[in-house]
Amino acid sequence: MSAPQARTKRKFGRPLNFKRGVIELSHGSGGRAMAQLIDELFTRSLSNPWLEQGNDQACLELPAGRVAMTTDSYVISPLFFPGGDIGSLAVHGTINDIAMSGARPLHLSAGFILEAGFPLRDLRRIVDSMAAAARAAEVAVVTGDTKVVERGKADGVFINTSGIGVVPEGLQLSGNLARPGDRILINGTIGDHGVAVMSKRAELDFEVSVESDSAALHDLVRVMVSAVPQMRCLRDPTRGGVATTLNEIARQSGVGMTLEEAAIPIKPEVAAVCELLGLDPLYVANEGKLIAICPPQYAQALLTAMTRHPLGRRSAVIGEVAADQPHFVRMHTAFGGSRVVDWLSGEQLPRIC
Amino acid sequence: MKYIDEYRDGVAARGVAEQIILEAKPDRVYNLMEFCGGHTHAIYRYGVQDLLPDNVNMIHGPGCPVCVLPIGRLDMALSLADRDGITVCTYGDMLRVPGSGGRSLLQAKAEGADIRMVYSAADALKLARQHREQQVVFFAIGFETTTPPTAVAIQGAQAQDLDNFTVFCNHVLTPSAIANILESPDVRELGTVPIDGFLGPAHVSVVIGSQPYEFFAREYHKPVIISGFEPLDVLQSILMLIRQLNCGRAEVENQYIRAVSRHGNLKAKRMVAEVFELRRQFEWRGLGVVPYSALRIKNRFAKFDAEVRFDLSYTPAKEHNGCECGAILRGVLQPIDCKLFGTACTPETPMGSCMVSSEGACAAHYIYGRYQAAAGTA
Repeated sequence: MSAPQARTKRKFGRPLNFKRGVIELSHGSGGRAMAQLIDELFTRSLSNPWLEQGNDQACLELPAGRVAMTTDSYVISPLFFPGGDIGSLAVHGTINDIAMSGARPLHLSAGFILEAGFPLRDLRRIVDSMAAAARAAEVAVVTGDTKVVERGKADGVFINTSGIGVVPEGLQLSGNLARPGDRILINGTIGDHGVAVMSKRAELDFEVSVESDSAALHDLVRVMVSAVPQMRCLRDPTRGGVATTLNEIARQSGVGMTLEEAAIPIKPEVAAVCELLGLDPLYVANEGKLIAICPPQYAQALLTAMTRHPLGRRSAVIGEVAADQPHFVRMHTAFGGSRVVDWLSGEQLPRIC
Repeated sequence: MKYIDEYRDGVAARGVAEQIILEAKPDRVYNLMEFCGGHTHAIYRYGVQDLLPDNVNMIHGPGCPVCVLPIGRLDMALSLADRDGITVCTYGDMLRVPGSGGRSLLQAKAEGADIRMVYSAADALKLARQHREQQVVFFAIGFETTTPPTAVAIQGAQAQDLDNFTVFCNHVLTPSAIANILESPDVRELGTVPIDGFLGPAHVSVVIGSQPYEFFAREYHKPVIISGFEPLDVLQSILMLIRQLNCGRAEVENQYIRAVSRHGNLKAKRMVAEVFELRRQFEWRGLGVVPYSALRIKNRFAKFDAEVRFDLSYTPAKEHNGCECGAILRGVLQPIDCKLFGTACTPETPMGSCMVSSEGACAAHYIYGRYQAAAGTA
């Protein structure tokens, strides 16, 4: 780190003021201020050979195989929440989208849209967190972009990350491969992320000790794929929660699903917050969970492999795929009845009584 | 969750369900109206209907405050939201209800109106304190459950001498709605709506007590069970109703004894009486104009009455021609009888109020009914 620091000091006179400085329009205008921001913050924090070349693109050598590519934008509010922040989330979310194809994620890009007036201190915290998440996942942010918009035209920071990875030879995972009789598994408790974020929104000032489950799942996926390469489909139940993800797969595969409510893992505090706010945890977002669908004879082997991984300790079989013409997701309630777990209509709004 | 899981217990549910099957006479039909949206929600969410024998029918009543608010009142709130300098606060469910021309508060918000979702009247009051430059209007809806908190907010605004907080009051009364249903020709004379008994409200009765229902039991000879909102509460209440019907009794019984007393919450009732008075009449979506069925803010608190401060007046608005929400709310028609149901009117594009709230009979039936239809053809 000492070399680039010495270089930037020569290049820009005074270093960026991370104590009191804020983002200004000049930080996005392509001039010296922007170069300084890139040098002293982004390149230094995310440091890797591709970024340090200082080109407008990264030229990559990829191993043989099919390349998986994805993109996602992050506009979360608040930017910092228990268990993570927009920086780590932007890394985990995109890694997970790649990993759900079974691919090993390799490289990310990062585009920042910054609102003028945003504190440099907070931006550094976000970029450092992004860098730490990428390092931990052994993935490099190889190219990036920064734009600044006038105050009031954005909400602090928006981040877009794209990523690529390579799918192991012979592996075929897809949302249209679920077949009647297949088992549905999840790697742990539902709703943690959504509840952690909601509990910190300004209008809801209650204290909950729930942390977001934001995590990179590619290592868990690696273990699962090597234990049961016959898996049909993986998907991370983010926005819209488990209910939405299962409805998507049901539609893609032309099947129905039957869930067992009693088997779905949920933390008591998450259940309690959902109860208070009138939300259904099946529709609340997750950022460190995956749904796996596999043929019934492999379900036990898959479950064993998952529970041995730190990100799968509370894994469970939560239901099975059924032949069902209208492609409904149904649930046997713990109470003894059944209900349809439908697509969400609009935003999930709390009930009044 | 302690004190909640006990009321959702599958083993206990099987026990009560078996008792219902044992006691319900196979040679008759039991038509029971659950008054509240809270009951309707519990029935669908936990699949209570699956545990009942075929001759026990649940009829969904009008106890969903979002569903019974007439379009004209929503239009008044929309007209407020469109004015500069006004922030309208309301409960979540209300945001998606379409007003005249299909425009909802959510749409008005997307167009730039300042509309906030709040969890309580106190949150709206807090917002007013924090933004003294802005006129904050609390769009108050609900039955007797939500009325005391609104009274507290108005008293708070007076104590703090806030000149930027008002309430657009749409609070309605449960007993008048039940009386209206029982008095309607469909029920009383024609008998087209066979209602044998009622599951009475849980939370409302915490405030008003069980005593106000005694009149219905006596006058109309219909049993009323004050029932909690958890699925086991609902199931047990159904059993209690069946027992009364089997031996020809028509009494008020209290299943929700953990929270409801005969006289209710005296302090809350006193507070409501200090701030509100009866409206001579109020229009209900589905029930029409019902005399003495709603509250308005008393003159001494007129300063906090949005209808006074912003000179609002009520114009009845026309319902969509094909919409049967009215008949559905009275129990005359089933959701499936409406020709808009599931075609033009879905939870994504609700035409009528019953499709908006998850407590509305149509929204609940849309989900459940589709499954039933599919199961029938399988």
